[in-house]
Amino acid sequence: MSRRAWRWLIPLAALPLLALLAYGFRVNPREIPSPLVGRPAPGFALTAFDATPLTLDAQRGRVVVVNFWASWCYPACYEEAPVLERSWRAYRDRGVLVIGVDIQDTVEAAQKFIRDFGLSFPNAPDPTGKVSVDYGTYGVPETFFIDRRGRIRARHVGALTDDVIRAHVERLLAEPAG
Amino acid sequence: MIPELGYGAAIVALGLALWGALAAALGARTGRPALVLSAQHAALGVFALVTACLALLMYAFLTFDFSVRYVATNTNLGTPFYYRITGVWGALEGSIILWTWMLALYTLIVILRHRESARELYPWVLTVMLGVLAFFLLVITVAAPPFARLHPVPADGHGLNPLLEDTGMITHPVALYLGFTGLTVPFAFAMAALITGRVGDAWLTMTRRWTIVAWYFLSLGLLIGGWWSYHVLGWGGYWAWDPVENAAFMPWLTATAFLHSVMIQERRRMLQLWNLALVIMTFGLTLFGTFLTRSGVIASVHAFTQGTIGAFFLGFLTLVLLTALGLLAWRWDALGAQGALDSVVSRESAFLLNNVMLVAAAFTVFFGTVFPLLSEALRGVKVSVGAPFFNQVNVPLFLGLIFLMGVGPLIAWRRASVDNLRRNFLGPVLTGVAAAAFFFALGVHSALAVLTLALTVFVAATIALDFARATRVRARMGEPLLPAMGGLLRRHNRRYGGFVVHLGVLIIAVGVTGSQAWSVQTETTLGRGESTELAGYRVRFEDLAASEESNHFKVAGAFTVSDGRVLGVLRPAKKFYPQEQSPIAYVDYRLGLREDIYLVLGDFARDGSRATVKLQVNRLVSWIWIGGLVLTAGAGLAILPETKRTA
Amino acid sequence: MRRRHAGVTALVLAVLLSGAAPAPARVVSESQVHEVAAELRCVVCQNLSVADSPSEMARQMRVIVRERLEAGESPAEVVQYFVDRYGEWILLSPRRRGFNLLVWFAPLAAVAVGLAIVAVLVRRWTRRPASEGTVPSLDPAMRERIRRETEAER
Repeated sequence: MSRRAWRWLIPLAALPLLALLAYGFRVNPREIPSPLVGRPAPGFALTAFDATPLTLDAQRGRVVVVNFWASWCYPACYEEAPVLERSWRAYRDRGVLVIGVDIQDTVEAAQKFIRDFGLSFPNAPDPTGKVSVDYGTYGVPETFFIDRRGRIRARHVGALTDDVIRAHVERLLAEPAG
Repeated sequence: MIPELGYGAAIVALGLALWGALAAALGARTGRPALVLSAQHAALGVFALVTACLALLMYAFLTFDFSVRYVATNTNLGTPFYYRITGVWGALEGSIILWTWMLALYTLIVILRHRESARELYPWVLTVMLGVLAFFLLVITVAAPPFARLHPVPADGHGLNPLLEDTGMITHPVALYLGFTGLTVPFAFAMAALITGRVGDAWLTMTRRWTIVAWYFLSLGLLIGGWWSYHVLGWGGYWAWDPVENAAFMPWLTATAFLHSVMIQERRRMLQLWNLALVIMTFGLTLFGTFLTRSGVIASVHAFTQGTIGAFFLGFLTLVLLTALGLLAWRWDALGAQGALDSVVSRESAFLLNNVMLVAAAFTVFFGTVFPLLSEALRGVKVSVGAPFFNQVNVPLFLGLIFLMGVGPLIAWRRASVDNLRRNFLGPVLTGVAAAAFFFALGVHSALAVLTLALTVFVAATIALDFARATRVRARMGEPLLPAMGGLLRRHNRRYGGFVVHLGVLIIAVGVTGSQAWSVQTETTLGRGESTELAGYRVRFEDLAASEESNHFKVAGAFTVSDGRVLGVLRPAKKFYPQEQSPIAYVDYRLGLREDIYLVLGDFARDGSRATVKLQVNRLVSWIWIGGLVLTAGAGLAILPETKRTA
Repeated sequence: MRRRHAGVTALVLAVLLSGAAPAPARVVSESQVHEVAAELRCVVCQNLSVADSPSEMARQMRVIVRERLEAGESPAEVVQYFVDRYGEWILLSPRRRGFNLLVWFAPLAAVAVGLAIVAVLVRRWTRRPASEGTVPSLDPAMRERIRRETEAER
């Protein structure tokens, strides 16, 4: 009876593989966690569209929201632009700075985008893509939340909502500045 | 109305397929031919209904019926006529209809060819074919219905993925799917053999030709895919080890292994278990491939949608693997490793090694493809496994296979004597060594390139030697030379078809080696009238021209290419489709036997004063396409019916 | 949309042409850049390397690779720069350490197991006498023909 019972192991050998493939349904291959979360935010020195210098180092002590966008990124960037502007107006007096970094774009199109949405927070082009690579971005929109000590604490891929911004910003504001 | 008809046809077809599968099985169990006949009629009905589905979907495309979601997503008013036809299988739902139609077609041919010749196996073959058909019809009716309506009806559609607007889009999927679906036939015969316990040679003899047919189409599909990648995707390569390519390559490898090991079973009645396992593996891999490309589990260039369809395929894969392997285990004792060999040095051994290499290569590709998933599941880290990995690990295996390709066909069956070895291999080995020295002297210093080329020459020499000898024998018997060669190819079409396939593989190997080792490229920004040089070519930027096409806007650069004298003007372009965020590169090239000049337009100044261009000189790439033609011609020769061997 | 794109170009070009880069610490050839870029996965495409991808993002990355090499970084350091930002995911072939060794040794293991099985089977089979019953079934005419042809050969 037990002679060659092991042969029934042959079909069973397929099970781990099938389980692995089933596991695949639970993960999204396009969602890759950033190794930068928890690490100091890479510094940058850009020139904003209004010609004023914009450096990250000067913002130490504030909670900074760095948002990567482009005018050709439709519809996600168009959805989140009003959200960002609203949040900026709500939090600017509480020590929060929103910075927009425009990548792979043209100056004219970007300025039209800023005008159309009436964006009042600082925005700067990143013509060489260095800042976007420094932050390990995959595309637009992507947003990084930086705490008062200058460390990246969270990354959000895709369009922002009021709730997402509020959750991250309130958490970082609640931390002591030191 | 039309979509409802299509949907209705699919549902009725599903019912018929289920009934047919059941009836054929019952007919086999109870020995009632009427039931088998009924299953046969059901299969004919399925074919007619799936044909109707395909025709109705095509009609919806041609008439711009945007009330059908699938039509609205994959076409728009600007889509040219030709691409409205190929657009039918341009995305998930339609591709499954095409797939199902081919499967039904194969079932029809199996009925026509085997209803008399394979009495015992036939009902079960029908059951398996109809069972697989039923699964795909279930996908069509439930998981990915192509006739689903869209409310409200849009005024215009979204449009076809621009990358699919290429003439290759009619041939590539058609060939590939004919290959994939064709592999269902050997699987059905293998299952029938296991169920009936007639695991002898009958199923094998009947499926060998079917496997070559499927293999022929699979090879063709892979080659056209490579050509599409080369001239459409604009990265200058033909094979990226993308999961979708691997999905087609793995069953190709195991089917190749089967086509070789079949010969041992035919000669020596051995390896029955192994051959069944190979057929099951091959079919399993085609399902795995469809799962991969349609589930969204592993990122790939084919952005087929995600959804419940992945679960359907996984469920079916589970059913197939457990049933097939279960049957294999059940019949284990009948399949015991009987057989005997005379000597270790024999063609049998060479073929066994060939199988080890091919299956190891298939396993390597498989493991590399699922490894990112494994790494994430067990370690929580996302990794990539891409071209540099696959190239590195597969090159030694492929070199080994090329070597065996020279040894296998000429070493004696049963026992190779020293005399046999000397007679068949001394010349080719010396030729190979001389070739190595020759290429080295010519300035080829990459060890890998020298080794590949020398091996290639060695194998080519064995083929030439065999062919020359056989021709001489016939010529001595009084036949003129050319008819003697032709007669040889025709009479022993299986053997010489195989040789021609091997020759094709060798030519491809030279092309791959050349393109990997000696291609050069540069990327520069040129002002109007400026030129750049690469590998003896001078490329001058003349100007930019913009044009409005039926469904896109095109900016083309004009570049004069010369190598002392003017060779011509190449016009690489960027195409801007309203539905796409980024432009699509449209490459221009000048193909040559020695090298291709390949231009990709990068960025440009709007006033046409400047343009960035990527210039590549790709060496020996044309050999891959030529080798592909030779390979498919050889496979075609091997498919021909064997002539009666009368003295 | 198309206008936007043409504009990108103008902007990128303006920056590339105007901002004269600092003198490079060393001269870097096209093939050195290519070699590093071929190891990196293009982040906006699927399964193409930064070296091969025609996308704008990949082009910017190639420029970054060149500048870092010119500044004196070793190829390994440049690759590490990208890994620090994108994770191991960006490497087209996994590093040969730890868990990843599994994928690197899989081919070798497959060949070794295969060869071992073949060796055992061949040993077992060659010990058995090869019975005449397993001789391929040829019709007598064919056998005769083979005999003739091989004799003609001598």
